Amino acid sequence: MKALLAAALLAGAAIAAAPSGAPPVNDAVITGAGFPAALSEYGFFADGAAQRPAAGVTPYRLQTPLWSDGAEKLRFAYVPKGTQARAQGAGLLDFPVGSALIKSFKLDGRLIETRVLLHRADGWVALPYRWNADQSEARLVLGGARLPLTAQGGQAISYAIPNKNQCKECHAVDGAVTPIGPKAWNLSAEWLAMFARSGRLDAVPAVARRVPLWEDRDKVPVAMAARGYLDANCAHCHNPRGAASNSGLYLGWDVTDPVQLGVGKRPVAAGRGAGNLEFDVVPGDPAHSILAYRMASLEGGVAMPEVGRSVVDPAGQAVVERWIMEMKR
Amino acid sequence: MRMTTFTLAAGSALALSAPAFARTIDVAPGEGAQARLQEALIVAVPGDVVQLAAGRYVLTDGLSLDVDGVTLRGAGMDASVLDFTGQQGAGEGLLVTSDQVTLRDFAVENTKGDGIKSKGADNVVYYRVRVTWTGGPKETNGAYGIYPVSSTGVLIDGCKVSGASDAGIYVGQSKAITVRHNYVEQSVAGIEIENSRQALVTDNLVTRNTGGILVFDLPNLPVMGGGETVIEHNLVVANDTPNFAPKGNIVAGVPRGTGVMVMANDTVLVKDNLLADNPTAQVMVVAYPNAFTDTRYNPLPRRVVIGENRFVGGGNDPALAGGDQLKAAFGGALPPVVWDGLGGAAALALTPSGKVLSLGLTKQGEGLDKAQPALVEVKAPRQLVLPGAVGAPPALAARIAR
Repeated sequence: MKALLAAALLAGAAIAAAPSGAPPVNDAVITGAGFPAALSEYGFFADGAAQRPAAGVTPYRLQTPLWSDGAEKLRFAYVPKGTQARAQGAGLLDFPVGSALIKSFKLDGRLIETRVLLHRADGWVALPYRWNADQSEARLVLGGARLPLTAQGGQAISYAIPNKNQCKECHAVDGAVTPIGPKAWNLSAEWLAMFARSGRLDAVPAVARRVPLWEDRDKVPVAMAARGYLDANCAHCHNPRGAASNSGLYLGWDVTDPVQLGVGKRPVAAGRGAGNLEFDVVPGDPAHSILAYRMASLEGGVAMPEVGRSVVDPAGQAVVERWIMEMKR
Repeated sequence: MRMTTFTLAAGSALALSAPAFARTIDVAPGEGAQARLQEALIVAVPGDVVQLAAGRYVLTDGLSLDVDGVTLRGAGMDASVLDFTGQQGAGEGLLVTSDQVTLRDFAVENTKGDGIKSKGADNVVYYRVRVTWTGGPKETNGAYGIYPVSSTGVLIDGCKVSGASDAGIYVGQSKAITVRHNYVEQSVAGIEIENSRQALVTDNLVTRNTGGILVFDLPNLPVMGGGETVIEHNLVVANDTPNFAPKGNIVAGVPRGTGVMVMANDTVLVKDNLLADNPTAQVMVVAYPNAFTDTRYNPLPRRVVIGENRFVGGGNDPALAGGDQLKAAFGGALPPVVWDGLGGAAALALTPSGKVLSLGLTKQGEGLDKAQPALVEVKAPRQLVLPGAVGAPPALAARIAR
């Protein structure tokens, strides 16, 4: 009886420490040096297998997401207690040191990997974690991994978990690691308001033109859907400060120069990626547009994006081709 | 006492640039080489050497290095081979995005895209590296063999490239560049310097490419205004491989049989080279041929100086529209220097003075169907404008000094 009572008291104490029933996020692991070997060390999840976040970890979605072989992606943002993210106009939210962004990938209902972005005092660090077979833990795979899996469309694929450096190939501005997803223009007004109300964001940023919801792609002007897709899928490299800066092809939501968007622009260092075509985008003619050609390819050295997909995204392909088709010559 | 002070000072200076104990991280071929090598490149710290044992590394994905001051070193360009024949992803075999990196004594074979790319990687050294597509020249080969871009300080020395479907050695949007002692064959372009400044291309052998050495400037790029480049003491021999570049790329327009081609650059010196048996033209000086809208861009050649070169044969089978008539008109072979005629008197100087074949185009973008070929005298100007200091900082060569 006494023993039972003691156990109950202990359990009560644990609950008091973390009202949601889970231990809090381990701030020291986020900001400390080194590369934690297991995802559980951070304490981002009350229940990892169920992807139930710990207290203070906020789920979010992007209006139009990066497509990754059709994987279901679960995104979470963590801002440490007593700090706030800052709105920076319509662009990327500025998360303070100690923050983390967490993205889990599921295929066929099973967790494949979870990628974390940690904001440390000396900058952001990107690390990939691979889930084990019984979904009880995800372990660090610094050097990346390839897994035989089945894509959403039923194709057998060799799924690539990026290595730490490949994370940075996309998550880079001027050679430093950065978040790319949570730009105000690609987040809903409702979520931004909720995040601000919770005290984790200093203000609700004003967004004049918001990326449309991907599910609404057939209801909005095709240029909006296509430009949103290019922003989420290409512009992290294809911007003047990104990994593809030397290409001169810039596909961000805020780009207005048609040549930078590829219209009448010749390839520079595309090699056989050019596919014997002369221009990145030929208005009215997706079949002669390098942009569409490379999206439709699965071949290394041709396929774009260079990492992160092993099958073609049929919906994205269709929207971008329709955008080019309807573009005025 | 003095000695102690000196030692301490030296020690602290070192600590600023590298940890006290630079390590060697050994990597061997065999099971799990992909992950082991990639992890070594991730956990390395400045000053470390990642040492590749001899053997063949069978790889499925591109590798990358993002730590400053690391050396990736093999047991020799024929001994340590990174084999990408089964590559499934990534745009290149090895990507370097950090500064002060040295790559030496290994080979990269059969990448799906470029061989080795270094981007925004200042003071990079490629030394005795081999990049080969083993099936010979094919359109399906990767574009560039050795591909530094957007960098300041580039030394490429003693390397060997074969089979690139664009340029064997391509330096883009960079400055302070030395390309020397390399052997490039069976690529579309042997060596290409593009949208770059202060390049020294010297003591290379380029043969059996479509074009030997190209100095280009292109529009719509973040870095433009190429020039201040010296091409000297090279052997540019029998570049006669049919152009196998995928269309759309600028090099797809390089005529088979071009020795040295300078396009839309400012202040380029071509001297003391041996140019032999390049069947279209030993040297070509031209404007950018395509339409463009970029108002920042100058498509014309300016202040290109052709000094004394040794010309042997060449021009006897020009791959140009109307080439046969041209050849006949000039007694069976074109003169060694061919100019499209654009850029006016400021475009081109010969020293000593001499005659060149001008194609007589009158405006940029005009096709060769409008050509009015003629021999024209090009004088050595009274005041020659030559490139200033060119080449990589001396510290880069010091890194590989024996």
